[in-house]
Amino acid sequence: MVRFEKEWNGFIRGGWCDSIDVKEFINKNYTPYIGDESFLAGATERTGRVMAEFEKKLKEEREKGGVIGVDTHTVSSLVSYPAAYLLREDELIVGLQTGAPLVRGVNPFGGIRMARSACRAYGYELSEEIEREFFYKTTHNDGVFRVYTDTMRAMRHTGILTGLPDAYGRGRIIGDYRRVALYGVDFLIEEKKRDKAELGNHRMTEENIRLSEELYKQIDFLEKLKQMAALYGIDISRPASDAREAIQWLYFGYLAANKEQNGAAMSLGRVGTFIDVYLERDIRRGILDESGAQELIDQFVIKLRMIRHLRTPEYNELFGGDPMWVTEAVGGMGEDGRTLVTKTAFRFLHTLYNLGSAPEPNLTVLWSEKLPEAFKSYCAKVSIDTDSIQYENDDLMRPRFGDDYAIACCVSAMKVGKQMQFFGARCNLPKILLMALNGGKEEKTGMQIGPEMPVIDSETLDYGEVRRRLDYYMDWLAGEYVDTMNVIHFMHDKYAYEKIQLALHDTAVERVMAFGAAGLSVIADSLSAIKFAKVRPIKDERGLVTAFVTEGDFPKFGNDDDRVDTIAKELLDQLITDLRKNPTYRGAIHTLSVLTITSNVVYGKKTGSTPDGRFAGEPFAPGANPMHNREECGALASLNSVAKLSYDSCRDGISNTFSIVPAALGADDGERRKNLVDILGGYFSQNAHHINVNVLDRQKLIEAMEDPDAYPNLTIRVSGYAVNFHKLSKEQQREVISRTFHETV
Amino acid sequence: MKGYLHSIQSLGTVDGPGVRAVVFTRGCPLRCAYCHNPDTWEISGKDSSDPSEVAARLLRLYPYIKNGGVTFSGGEPCLQAKFLSEVARLLKERELHIALDTSGCILNAEVEELLSLCDLVLLDIKMTDEESYRRYTGGSLGVTLAFLSYLEEIGKEVWIRHVVVPELNDSEEDIERLCALVRPFKCVKKIELLPFKTLCVEKYAALGIEFPLKDTPPMGESRMTELRARLDDRFK
Repeated sequence: MVRFEKEWNGFIRGGWCDSIDVKEFINKNYTPYIGDESFLAGATERTGRVMAEFEKKLKEEREKGGVIGVDTHTVSSLVSYPAAYLLREDELIVGLQTGAPLVRGVNPFGGIRMARSACRAYGYELSEEIEREFFYKTTHNDGVFRVYTDTMRAMRHTGILTGLPDAYGRGRIIGDYRRVALYGVDFLIEEKKRDKAELGNHRMTEENIRLSEELYKQIDFLEKLKQMAALYGIDISRPASDAREAIQWLYFGYLAANKEQNGAAMSLGRVGTFIDVYLERDIRRGILDESGAQELIDQFVIKLRMIRHLRTPEYNELFGGDPMWVTEAVGGMGEDGRTLVTKTAFRFLHTLYNLGSAPEPNLTVLWSEKLPEAFKSYCAKVSIDTDSIQYENDDLMRPRFGDDYAIACCVSAMKVGKQMQFFGARCNLPKILLMALNGGKEEKTGMQIGPEMPVIDSETLDYGEVRRRLDYYMDWLAGEYVDTMNVIHFMHDKYAYEKIQLALHDTAVERVMAFGAAGLSVIADSLSAIKFAKVRPIKDERGLVTAFVTEGDFPKFGNDDDRVDTIAKELLDQLITDLRKNPTYRGAIHTLSVLTITSNVVYGKKTGSTPDGRFAGEPFAPGANPMHNREECGALASLNSVAKLSYDSCRDGISNTFSIVPAALGADDGERRKNLVDILGGYFSQNAHHINVNVLDRQKLIEAMEDPDAYPNLTIRVSGYAVNFHKLSKEQQREVISRTFHETV
Repeated sequence: MKGYLHSIQSLGTVDGPGVRAVVFTRGCPLRCAYCHNPDTWEISGKDSSDPSEVAARLLRLYPYIKNGGVTFSGGEPCLQAKFLSEVARLLKERELHIALDTSGCILNAEVEELLSLCDLVLLDIKMTDEESYRRYTGGSLGVTLAFLSYLEEIGKEVWIRHVVVPELNDSEEDIERLCALVRPFKCVKKIELLPFKTLCVEKYAALGIEFPLKDTPPMGESRMTELRARLDDRFK
């Protein structure tokens, strides 16, 4: 008997019919597209009405200071809110996170204090009933602080480690939401039940007991997922039978994840090619035309743009602009040599025109030299017109992750449904350098945090001596960093396990532990100054080095100068090597990213003066960017410096944000498209990993800063994601404006 | 063989076709009133480079500029024609497109050799009559036209460039005179009218040089569009 005769009618069968294998389903059934954008359709009137209603809500949200409302009486979960709508008669894809559009739910599982203070920040008070309910409940945050050592607390307090997911959902986990559509929930439950039964054939070790309980929770939440859909009168126990259902089923999976978790990045994955199979089948059947196909994608994207989480002001400082990282990977090549670009890749990008530019979903183009030229050119057009998309190197990732990976958050590749990550924020490298000079004392508080050693005592800093000290403290940092992460993720699994997202993963999931580094260009330039110029350390009244006099010139990262670029590269190679020496929770694979989000501002604020000439408190450059305005040889030399950093040392991604004024990219739109394609191609052909592209004038940002109401939708890429410029704090806006904008000479 | 460079700008998209690296040489015999690179006038003795060193830096950019190329600008690049020819020969090993951005004020055997290695000449015709040319640049229009005749003779592709300065040369008649001058030359494929800008004011101040056009406003974009419309179709 063939299963799901009706739902799978017209699909080429294979092993995917018997056990979960979405990748094989896609490979057997999708239609590559190598043409241009001329087939695309505009937004329908129906979409226009839904969008108008959404814009009304957005305006209200802006007027209320960024939060339209908070439901303080309900603990967010899959079935805790009734069905709710934006504009019921015109919505093709339904489902809201809470009982009303854009109203934020309360999720105290990460930490009750965080939930309480987030409510207060927007003038709300967490309800008595939730306070009571959680009075006797241990949250993730409680668990972590029961175990944190004094050193971990001090590192966190002084900002050596910042942004750790110890009070909110760790996020960065991408459920394979496509499974809901392709198989229906009952099939998924059957598979999980079989896995659980199979565990009984093994000894009940601690590991297997934990896994067995997790499977119990996963199955429980798959049942809740069905109930959640049933609230909308929709039965998702069976597979989807047309494109609209496929998108709806998939969205329900994603929505459930967002009701359950407030993770820092709730990425969507790589759903476009999958959805395209359903759209093409409906078009073949004559029940859908291009306008209808675009309408479904537009309406889906409106829903994605409505995802909200309740954050504290401290969180917003680190991750400015209220980002959700609804990251969707678009494009890329298949391992069989065919492109994975379909018409739906174009349709997703086209939403930026039909619905206007916006930061979410975080559209991420997987760039390959072999992508169809027409698609490359269309992507360049979208970048130039909207500043809303980013690019990552498929030719670098595909050999390491296969062709069914997606991007978690900004730059983290994950095999969809097969890998999950333990997110680890980042450590502050310039601070470690200062600590090395100060013998383990933190430069601002004077606290002895690292192992004690005399403060460096030389008239002029000697490169060899500084490096020896730095090596020692980096090794120490690595141990403490891994330990801290182990504590956090042990407790997250224990008290805030992602039930629905992990139900949409293979049971035998591979785990990575994603460490991060901030301030790369600051430490590289500082070491370069010590090596090639003359740096005199100045001690304060406590006897700590807190200032530097630097004489002479030195090579700076961002000028394609190997003398300093090599220092930057080797620091990262060294950091990952140090990290790998320390065992991780659940045997996770150590990875490293060079990515800051907007936290480069906070990191800078918490760091004293550095030998490169940066003053105490000044922001770092974001991600792997060279420091602002130290790039003296133009844009391509700057890209070349970043391209030298090794992806194999930084498997969690290397973020670079590139801003160029339109006139510097070419005389007219046609030339700009062509030139941007050449720049991206040149950068990625040298094994660079990621780039955000902004094509805009600094003046426009200055105007938007002064008159935000005139630019409500101005979107820019910052560091692995895009934001509405008006949602950044003034401090973050100033930092963005001070960045290098490559201009004509 | 040593060359004297002001800088290498790794990304240029306005000095020739496609994505290009631009080499700015030092030294210029002209002193144009509206010059926007006064920091390249003097050949100074320091910071000299070898051709192989310069070529290596440019070839680091090969992945980006393989469909565009390299432009030699300045300063007046023809002053260092011998040096640039050596750089060009190294670039030609990778078949890079080379453009020369010049005022055409020097033509000798070394410049002829450099021209033989270039694919495109961006020839700046600064003024359209001998008197103004002399007055505003210190050079001679006749020399530039002789340079253009040579390019016609060897069949080299040429784009004419012309900076439009308010009140100096921004009338319809000025543009008509420019077209008339260039019309007989089949090698000219395009005329680029560039607006006078005042971004160089700070450079002059830093060098302690008086900027002769400090009171002249920048050219407006709408006027530029009007003037560009006056060009012959084959030059657009």
